[in-house]
Amino acid sequence: MSVLDPSSGTPLLRIRGLEKAYGQVTVLRGVDLDVAKGEVVTVIGPSGGGKTTLLRCVNFLETYDKGSIRIDGEEVGYQDGPRRAMRSERDLARMRAETGMVFQMFNLFPHLTAAENVMLGLVKVRRKPKAEARAIAEHWLRRVGLAEKLDRLPSELSGGQQQRVGIARAVAMDPKILLLDEITSALDPELVGEVLDVVLQLASEGMTMLVVTHEIGFARDVSNRVVFMADGLIAAAGPPRELFGGAIEVERLRAFLSRFGARV
Amino acid sequence: MLAAILYAIPFLMQGLLTTIVVSLLVVVLSTAIGGLMGIGLVYGPAPVRWLVRGFSDIVRGIPILVLIFFIYYGLPIAGLNLQPFSAAVLALTVFKSAQVIENVRGAIGSIPRGQMDAGKAVGLTFAQRLAYVIAPQAIRRFLPPWINGVTDAVKGSALVSLLGVTDLMHAMQQVIGRTYNALPLYVLGAIIYFVINYGLSALSRMLERRFSYIRE
Ligand SMILES: Nc1ncnc2c1ncn2[C@@H]1O[C@H](COP(=O)(O)OP(=O)(O)OP(=O)(O)O)[C@@H](O)[C@H]1O
Ligand SMILES: [Mg+2]
Repeated sequence: MSVLDPSSGTPLLRIRGLEKAYGQVTVLRGVDLDVAKGEVVTVIGPSGGGKTTLLRCVNFLETYDKGSIRIDGEEVGYQDGPRRAMRSERDLARMRAETGMVFQMFNLFPHLTAAENVMLGLVKVRRKPKAEARAIAEHWLRRVGLAEKLDRLPSELSGGQQQRVGIARAVAMDPKILLLDEITSALDPELVGEVLDVVLQLASEGMTMLVVTHEIGFARDVSNRVVFMADGLIAAAGPPRELFGGAIEVERLRAFLSRFGARV
Repeated sequence: MLAAILYAIPFLMQGLLTTIVVSLLVVVLSTAIGGLMGIGLVYGPAPVRWLVRGFSDIVRGIPILVLIFFIYYGLPIAGLNLQPFSAAVLALTVFKSAQVIENVRGAIGSIPRGQMDAGKAVGLTFAQRLAYVIAPQAIRRFLPPWINGVTDAVKGSALVSLLGVTDLMHAMQQVIGRTYNALPLYVLGAIIYFVINYGLSALSRMLERRFSYIRE
């Protein structure tokens, strides 16, 4: 079974044979995955299956042991060539700036206001003048519905508002691909909708995304393709209609989805 | 009594100046050295971490008095001769650096791991993450124990009198040696030390308020 998207030429994100272990525990056992430009790929699967680890490797928040991750043809984390040498700190930073990441626990900078959270990367990484960075921050915070909260500290915002700042901080850097790791699972149920709406909006505008979620309904609505990950491998993949419609005969997927029966 | 105090004041001021210079040197040097070593302890590769950990554990396990005598009388055996003043400053700096290392470790350790991740994800380099993400958050936890340590350094600087350096403490003893009138001098000396350290504590509380922007 192929999990590759045949329609695209060179995919924006191309993962081949990705392996990763934490000490004795192998977490990724040879993951192959492509994400084309403008595509939204959702990763679902049981807890401990390696979804978070996969995203963290793509942003090189974790090193990986074997295989290759390429964004726009450039190897993530390691220098090209036969010897597997880590890139320089400066090079790593440059590449990480090309991928946006939104975290489950928001990870906003608590000492900075909403606007300053968004501005930090623009000023220090993109070298934009303060005024321009501020204008970009205001634009994106308005886009996520936080025009009134520009100068509030994270501690003065609700969880849903904090996570929307997290999204603004990531997209303001104009990343090639946005990585979202269960961005609503730390939120009260009534705050989930406001955050997912922002993501749906971004998807409709053509933002390339790799999304880990437990919100099956959302996965169905937002994705071009859904990937089911279990035990460090991609066990099934396909368009949401096929994957959720029972067209794909994978026992683990069936068992996993049956837990969400009511919501699919 | 008043006459004794008036007579003593010029001598004490001279000694006080030395006390302040020693304290300042020790605080500045130990903060720089201990700060760097503390960062090495938290983020450095394994050999650096072991070295710093070993240094800190050993130094903190030795009484400061032993450290002073070791550096003044011990190092010449190894061919390194230090003036009393330098030896005293070096000993106090080594001692205080070990404390600063632990202050830094504690302060950085209190910051959630996700902060470093978020800084990386935005594209900040290690130095930028330290400067703009970690340090502004760590400073709040770093300051109270650090200022405590500064008052310790001021008090500890009295130990340089043991090597014959004329600091405030030594000046007091010299005046007492001449006037045979100990009590007013010790009272006066205690007041001076108290004023300095009370000032530092007040400064500490002010700084803590200044950096209390993070509510938990
Ligand atoms: N830093 C780490 N050190 C050791 N083991 C880890 C570490 N991070 C994750 N693991 C292990 O790797 C495996 C995969 O974890 P991962 O977080 O990627 O799973 P996940 O699919 O995101 O799960 P969840 O749905 O619960 O978020 C788990 O068994 C986990 O215990
Ligand atoms: Mg996870």
